[in-house]
Amino acid sequence: MISQHLPVLLVALPLIAAPICVLLRRPALAWSFATLVSWALLAISILLLIRVLEEGIISYHLGGWAPPFGIEYRLDAVNGFVLLVITAVAAVVLPYARLSVASEIAAPRHNLFYAVFLLALTGLLGITATGDIFNIYVFMEISSLASYVLIALGPSRRARAAAFQYLIMGTIGATFLLIGIGLLYMMTGTLNLADLSVRIADAPDMRPIHAAFAFITIGVLIKLALFPLHLWLPNAYTYAPSAVSAFLAASATKVGAYVLLRFVFTLFGQEFSFERMPLMEILMPLSLIAILVGSGVAIFQTDLKRLFAYSSIGQIGYLALGVSFASTSGLTGAIVHIFNHAMMKGGIFLALGCIMYRTGALELSALNGLGRRMPFTMAALVIGGLGLVGIPATSGFVSKWYLLQAALEADLWPVAVIILLGSLLALVYVGRVIEAAYFRAPASDAPAQQEAPWQMLAPTWILIAASLYFGVHTEITVGVAERAAHMLLGGSES
Amino acid sequence: MDFFTHINYWAAIALAAIGLYAVVARANLIKKLIGLSLFQTAVFLLFITIGKVSGGTAPIMDAAYTLYSNPLPHVLILTAIVVSVSTLAVGLALAIAIKREYGTVEEDEINASNSATDNATDNASNSATDNATDNASGPNTT
Repeated sequence: MISQHLPVLLVALPLIAAPICVLLRRPALAWSFATLVSWALLAISILLLIRVLEEGIISYHLGGWAPPFGIEYRLDAVNGFVLLVITAVAAVVLPYARLSVASEIAAPRHNLFYAVFLLALTGLLGITATGDIFNIYVFMEISSLASYVLIALGPSRRARAAAFQYLIMGTIGATFLLIGIGLLYMMTGTLNLADLSVRIADAPDMRPIHAAFAFITIGVLIKLALFPLHLWLPNAYTYAPSAVSAFLAASATKVGAYVLLRFVFTLFGQEFSFERMPLMEILMPLSLIAILVGSGVAIFQTDLKRLFAYSSIGQIGYLALGVSFASTSGLTGAIVHIFNHAMMKGGIFLALGCIMYRTGALELSALNGLGRRMPFTMAALVIGGLGLVGIPATSGFVSKWYLLQAALEADLWPVAVIILLGSLLALVYVGRVIEAAYFRAPASDAPAQQEAPWQMLAPTWILIAASLYFGVHTEITVGVAERAAHMLLGGSES
Repeated sequence: MDFFTHINYWAAIALAAIGLYAVVARANLIKKLIGLSLFQTAVFLLFITIGKVSGGTAPIMDAAYTLYSNPLPHVLILTAIVVSVSTLAVGLALAIAIKREYGTVEEDEINASNSATDNATDNASNSATDNATDNASGPNTT
């Protein structure tokens, strides 16, 4: 009975849990409640993904109103997979958050922190699960507003300035999306994604639809933080509390990538986006620049969080690059990279949180000699970093392999060269981290540090271990991603 | 098809442009928020215009009324107004926090203050905010 309502529970559960969290005034109570909710969500999303893979698309009608008039939640291989990624990251970050949050945020605000965290999760899950375009806008604003607050909770006063900057850019992006939705509604009279795609295919030459495509794409690219719309990202990730950086880096941009995939391939369709509209000519150069600029700027950073934030901009370039190929291997690469990058970057930011917890600083110089004092944390950081480079046997290798394959299939060897060049640049910035941690002596007056507590190490290593496991056993991730790619490219099977 | 039949669209475009201009060109955070609100309001106008049917009334189920405006855009905009108000509230709250900690809401002064602390070993620690907390209590209540 209840299993048929799982799709809506996935969104309703954290939404209801958030105000309850506010009422639980004791930090430990709020934390355990939020953690339990996140585990329940993970269980639900696993059940849903299994059902989608076995039975095909799940369509849930909210309140029993049939689409296209009612709101529909529509789960297929693509968003089933993304839902799993988001809930998995949340289920790992929340257990970690207790100690990290306790050291970075004042105690009376802890229950509020968990409440806002759950709201951000609600928004991200809602964007992913829904099949209604206006719903996407509303959930995007829910998740964004919650993210602004989460970032503003960071310890430095610059967190507030960063959150404000993000608020301005994020709201412009979301409003662009709203303009696009209005233009689409004006021309088609529907808000249901599946219904819209049929009607757009019927009348692809109307100018408002072309304008809507431009507005929606730019709105989504701001959320995705693709170069040159990435300006909000480095500050936001750098000054947010550690647990928030990890959660946002691993989930928010991934949802942006999912929305891009959904709009480009399901809503507008491949033929419209790539043949009538010059999406490839725009997206591909931008993602290549993002790869080079993001990785290149990362090399010169001395703040570790900022370093990996710029590395994220480079990795988002890889995601967008995969989309811009519009081929099976390109999309497989992009979708696998959504998963792999979530695991690697999540793990890296959690490891940075461990360092922050013990040393109180995240300057590159704070790492000096840390390889011996915090061996497990540093090992996690290094493995995650090597994953970003794309060393074989890490999951980063798998995604880059598919992207390279896509570049070669499309006869674009300069693109393949840039993909490899990006990896080399990644090697440089990861190399700086390794050098500081293992080959430099600690400052003589540095206090003796010990390993981070296991409650923080275990979640870090779960993500890092996942990124290693799925670097070797690729059947699950690549299998699902290939199915999703086929479906997006218009294959009829679910 | 002359200018005046599309006056709402022209107004929406003009408002959106003015709003976006204010967001980009003004350094004052409050003025940025005003611009942002204006930009969002322009989009509301666009939506409402889409739903309007000339001579139509409100959608009332009654034999006396046959021609009525499309209510769906109106409902969408009710939701969007809620979103916009929440955004404005969060934005203003952040502006107050920034004023409390930096003592200013001018973007260039905030950046200058940031780079000044960067030079003097900014370790993103809590103590950096202490000295600025005092001068905020007065003007915020207006």
